Amino acid sequence: MIAFHSPQTLEDASALLAAEPSARPLSGGTDLLVQMRSGRVEPAAIVDLKQIPSMRGIRAHDGGFAIGAATPCTALLDDAALCAAWPGVVEAANLIGSVQVRNRATMAGNLCNASPAADSVPALIAADARALVVGPAGEREVPIADIPAAPGKTNLAQGEFVAEIRLPAKSASGGDAYLRSIPRTEMDIAVVGAGVSLVLDSSGTCTAARVALGAVAPTALLVEEAGAALVGTGLDDAALDRMADAVRAACNPINDKRGTVEYRTAMAAILAKRATRIAQSRAGANS
Amino acid sequence: MTEHNPLSQFRVVGTRPVRPDGIDKVTGKAIYGPDHVAPGMIHGAILRSPHPHARIRSIDTSKALALPGVKAAVTGQDLPHLPGKSVSLGEGEADLANLSCNCLARDKALYEGHAVAAVAATSASIAREALKLITVDYEVLPHVIDLEDAARDDAPILHPDLRTQGAEEPSDKPTNIAFTFALKQGDAAKALDGAAAVASGRFAMPPVHQGYIEPHACVASWNADGQGQVWCSSQGPFMVRAVTAGVLDIPVSDVRVTPLEIGGGFGGKTTIYLEPVAMLLSRKAGRPVRLAMSREDVFRASGPAPGLVVDIRIGADAEGNLVGIEADMLYDAGAFPGGGTMLGPLVLSNMYRYPAVDIRTRDAVSNKPSVAAYRAPAAPQITFAIESCIDDIAAQLGMDPIAFRLKNALRPGDTSAMGMECGEIGFVECLDSANAQDHLKAPLGDNEGRGIAAGYWINIGGASSASVSLAEDGSVAVVTGNPDIGGSRASMAIMASERLGVPYEKVRPIIGDTATIGYSVVTGGSRTTFAVGRAVVQACDTIIADMKKRAANVWQVAEDDVEWRNGAVHCTAKGNDNAPMTITEMAENANTTGGPIAAEVSINPHDSLPAYGVHICDVAVDPETGHVSIKRYTVVQDVGRAIHPDYVEGQMQGGAVQGIGWALNEAYIYNSKGCLDNPGFLDYRMPVASDLPMIDTVIVEKPNPAHPYGVKGVGEVPIVPPLAAIGNAVKAATGKRIRELPMSPDRVFAAINGGK
Ligand SMILES: Cc1cc2nc3c(=O)[nH]c(=O)nc-3n(C[C@H](O)[C@H](O)[C@H](O)COP(=O)(O)OP(=O)(O)OC[C@H]3O[C@@H](n4cnc5c(N)ncnc54)[C@H](O)[C@@H]3O)c2cc1C
Repeated sequence: MIAFHSPQTLEDASALLAAEPSARPLSGGTDLLVQMRSGRVEPAAIVDLKQIPSMRGIRAHDGGFAIGAATPCTALLDDAALCAAWPGVVEAANLIGSVQVRNRATMAGNLCNASPAADSVPALIAADARALVVGPAGEREVPIADIPAAPGKTNLAQGEFVAEIRLPAKSASGGDAYLRSIPRTEMDIAVVGAGVSLVLDSSGTCTAARVALGAVAPTALLVEEAGAALVGTGLDDAALDRMADAVRAACNPINDKRGTVEYRTAMAAILAKRATRIAQSRAGANS
Repeated sequence: MTEHNPLSQFRVVGTRPVRPDGIDKVTGKAIYGPDHVAPGMIHGAILRSPHPHARIRSIDTSKALALPGVKAAVTGQDLPHLPGKSVSLGEGEADLANLSCNCLARDKALYEGHAVAAVAATSASIAREALKLITVDYEVLPHVIDLEDAARDDAPILHPDLRTQGAEEPSDKPTNIAFTFALKQGDAAKALDGAAAVASGRFAMPPVHQGYIEPHACVASWNADGQGQVWCSSQGPFMVRAVTAGVLDIPVSDVRVTPLEIGGGFGGKTTIYLEPVAMLLSRKAGRPVRLAMSREDVFRASGPAPGLVVDIRIGADAEGNLVGIEADMLYDAGAFPGGGTMLGPLVLSNMYRYPAVDIRTRDAVSNKPSVAAYRAPAAPQITFAIESCIDDIAAQLGMDPIAFRLKNALRPGDTSAMGMECGEIGFVECLDSANAQDHLKAPLGDNEGRGIAAGYWINIGGASSASVSLAEDGSVAVVTGNPDIGGSRASMAIMASERLGVPYEKVRPIIGDTATIGYSVVTGGSRTTFAVGRAVVQACDTIIADMKKRAANVWQVAEDDVEWRNGAVHCTAKGNDNAPMTITEMAENANTTGGPIAAEVSINPHDSLPAYGVHICDVAVDPETGHVSIKRYTVVQDVGRAIHPDYVEGQMQGGAVQGIGWALNEAYIYNSKGCLDNPGFLDYRMPVASDLPMIDTVIVEKPNPAHPYGVKGVGEVPIVPPLAAIGNAVKAATGKRIRELPMSPDRVFAAINGGK
C-alpha cells in the first residue's frame, strides 16, 4: 500500500516527507510515476506538492522571478515577462517530452530527478538560477548546480524539497539560449545539452558569460573557463573557438546507448557555440 | 466519401468509403488483445530470465504457490517434450519443440527475457509478487550476441544438437549456423573482375523491432472436458490454433481461437508466445487466465527482425549492363533457427538481370530473442546492400540512377536467377513513373542530397476462406478468417459490393473465429486482399449463380436466359416480359425459392504477383552534427489495382516510415552482459511525427490477371527501399557511403569526419 498525501502548506509537506524515509515528493509525476511502474522506485508514501498555493504560479521576486516548484513547463510560456527575460530557460523547459508531458512536468521535478541529461538544468545554471529549499530546518537558497549529486541522487536532506526556482533580474543587454542534441526531433533524451547566458556592453563586448553543459558528466556542469573565454571579447570566431576548447576539456561523458564519448564531446562544443550565437543575438536585440 | 469516378470501369472499387471498423476504433470501443475479459478470469504473469544464456538446474515454485491468491504455477516441464515434431502453418512448417521452448524454456534460457516460469493469481499484483517467490537455480553460461561472433567455430553453442541444414558437407560438429544455401550460375568472379564498374563492401545492420503499439496478450480457458478457448489478437487465429494445439499436443478441434481487434502486427504476430502457457495455467487453476506482455517484454522476448551482415560485389560493363553479383549473407536467427532462410537469395535475384550469380546465405543462432517476420522479411536488409551498390555503379558509369535501373530491371517474360518466371510485373512501370515525378526536378539546398532506391517483394497467395450470406432484407454478411491489419475489411466490403451490386454500406465484413469459417493462413505476405478477396468474390459469384438458377425456376426459362446485371436478375428469353428481380427481392423471397442464399468458398491460389516500388528521398545533413533530416519523400508503387486507395496509400506511407526509422535510428542495443539496453520507445528510437514530412504516394496500376479486380498486394514492399534511398541521399549530400545501420547522428558525424 502506498500512502498518498496532499498537504496544503510547506510545513506539512516537509513534515510528511521527514516522517517516511522512502517518501517521495510528487510534482508532475512524469518521472516518478514511470519509475514506479517499472519497479525502479517503490516509495511507501507520495507527497503531492501541487495543492500548496505558493508552489504554483510565477511571481516577481527581487527584480527577477520566483517560479513555484509545481508550475508545469507549458505555464511558463504564458508569462510574457519571463519569456522576454529568460527565453533560453523557457525554451529548455519546453523541449521536455511532448506537449502532453509538459502540461504536467515541472522544472523542479526535472532538477530533482537528477538526470545528467535533464534539459532545463543547464539553462537554469547558465542563468544563475537558485532553488529555494524548504525542510524541517527551515529555508535555504541553493545554486541550481548544487542540487544534483549524482545520477538519480540529490543533495537534499530527508524532509527537504524545492519550493521555488528563482531567476535573477535580467541584465538589460543580456541574452540566454539552450540547445540540445537528440537523434529525433522530440520525445527523446539529450545526448548533450548546452546553455549559455551572457551580457554585452554597448559596443558588443561580452562583460559576463556563463556556459553550462548537460549529459557530459554525472551532473550538469557550469564550465567557468568557457564563460571566461568569452568575457572581454567581441564574440569573434577565435573567442568562440577558445570557449569550445574549454567546453571539450570539461567534458567527461560516458559511452552509452545514447552516444559515444567522442560524439558527446564534439557536440558539446558545437552546441555551445551555436547557443552562444543565439544568446548574442538576443542580447543584441535587447540592448 | 463514396465518390464515383465516371471514367472508372467500376462502381465501388477504387473509391474511398469510410472503413467499417473506424467508429469503434476512434471511440475506444474496439476490443484489442489486452482488453478481453472472461467471466471468472484471473491474471497470469511470466518470470523471465535475467541471463542471456544459462542452464536451468531447477525451478522451485512452492513458495509462490503458497502465497494467498495464487492459483497455479507452471514451468517448461509442464509442456510436452516434442523433439523433431513440426506443425503445418499452410505456408511452411514450424518446429514445435523450438516454439514450445520459446514459450517456456526447458533446460536452458537462451536470451535475456526468455520465459522460464509463469503463475496465475486473483490479481495482477499478487501474480507479480508471486514471481518474486519463485527460485530458479541458474548455471550462467558464456553468451554470444554479435552475429559474426555467433557464426565463429569457437562461439558458445546454443543448441548442442544443432547441425547446419543444407550444408554441402554435413558435419557432426555442434554449430550455431542453422542453415545454409548457395546458388552459382556462370562465373561471377570472372565477370566482376572484368567489369567496367564494380561496387562492393560489407554492409551490416542490427536487429530491429516491428514496434506494434499493442503488446501481445491473450485470455485462455481450458475446461476439464478438454475443450479450450483462446481470445487473442494475432495475424491469424488458425495459426494460433495450430501452434497452441501443437505445443500442447492436443487435437486441433479442442482449441477454438477467437480473434480480437489487432493493434499492429507487421509480421510480428504471425507466431505466438503466450497462448499455450495461458492454457496450462487455466487448466491448473480451473479459471480463464489472461497473460499480457509489458512493452519491455515485447522488446526483450518478441520479434525482432533479423540483423544481417553481407559481403557483396556487383558489377556492370561500360554500357551499363549488369554482369554479375556475388553476395555472402549471414542473417541473425536469434535464439532458434529461422532467420533469413531462402528469402535473402530470392529478393537478391528478383530485381535485375544478372548473367552470373554467386551467392551464399546462412542463418546463425545467438543469445537474442528468436526473430519473427517483419514486413517483407529479410528484404529491406539485403536491398540496402544491393541498392547502395547499384547507385554507386551508376555513379561510376556516369549514368542516371533510374536509367541504369531501367536498363537492367526484370520484365515480363524474364526468368530470374532463382527461377522466378516474371509475369505481369510492374518494375519498369514504377521506374518510368518515378522518372516522371516533379520531385526529381525540385532544387536542392546546401547540404541536401537526393537518393532513389527500388524494392521487390514476392507477395503470396495461399489458403483462404470466405462466406457470403444474404440477410432477409438483402444486406450482406461477409465472413473471413483473416484479421484486419491494414483496412482489409473495407476492401472485402468494396469487392462484395461491387460484385453483388449492393451499396457498400449494406455489406458487413466480419472476421470469424476458427469454428465459424474455413481454414485460412495468416494475414501476411501481402496476401489478404489478393487471396481472401478472391475467395469473397468467388463466394459472391456462387450466390449470383444460385440466384440466377432460382430466377430461371421462377420464370420457367432456361438458366442461360437469365442474366445478372446491376444487382438484379434479368430475363433475356425472347418474348418474355418478366420484370427484373433485385438482390433485395431475391433475399426477401428466398424461403419460397429454395431457402437461405449463402455460400462459403475455400481456395488456395498461388498465382499472386510480386510488388515493386521505387522511392525518392531528399535529406538534409547537418555537416557539424551528422543529423539527417528527411525533407521530402515520394513512394511510387505498382499495386495491381487499389481497391480502397486510402488504405493502399496508408500502407505505402506506413512502410516508408518504418523503413525511415530503420535507416536512421532504430537498433537493438546490447550491453556487455548480453542484456538489451533499450527495451522501450525512449531509447528504441522509432520516428515521431515531427521527424517526418508528408510521405507522397504515387499509385501505379498494372493489374494482376489472377485477381478479379487486378490486386497484387501492397503491404510489404514499401518498407524495402527506404534504407538504401536514404543511404543514397546521404551519399549525395555528404559524399560518404554509409554501409552500417542505423545512420544515426554519431555514425554520420564519424563518416563525415573520418574521411572514409
Ligand atoms: C515521454 C517522456 C518524455 C520525456 N522527455 C524529457 C526530455 O526531453 N527532457 C528531459 O529533461 N526530461 C524528459 N522527461 C523526463 C521528465 O518529464 C522531466 O524530468 C520532468 O521535468 C520531470 O518533472 P515532474 O514534475 O514530472 O517530476 P516528478 O516525476 O514529479 O518528479 C521527479 C523526481 O523529482 C522529485 N521531486 C519532484 N518535485 C520535487 C520538488 N519540488 N522537490 C524535491 N523533489 C521533487 C520526485 O520525487 C522524483 O524523484 C520525459 C519523460 C517522459 C515520460
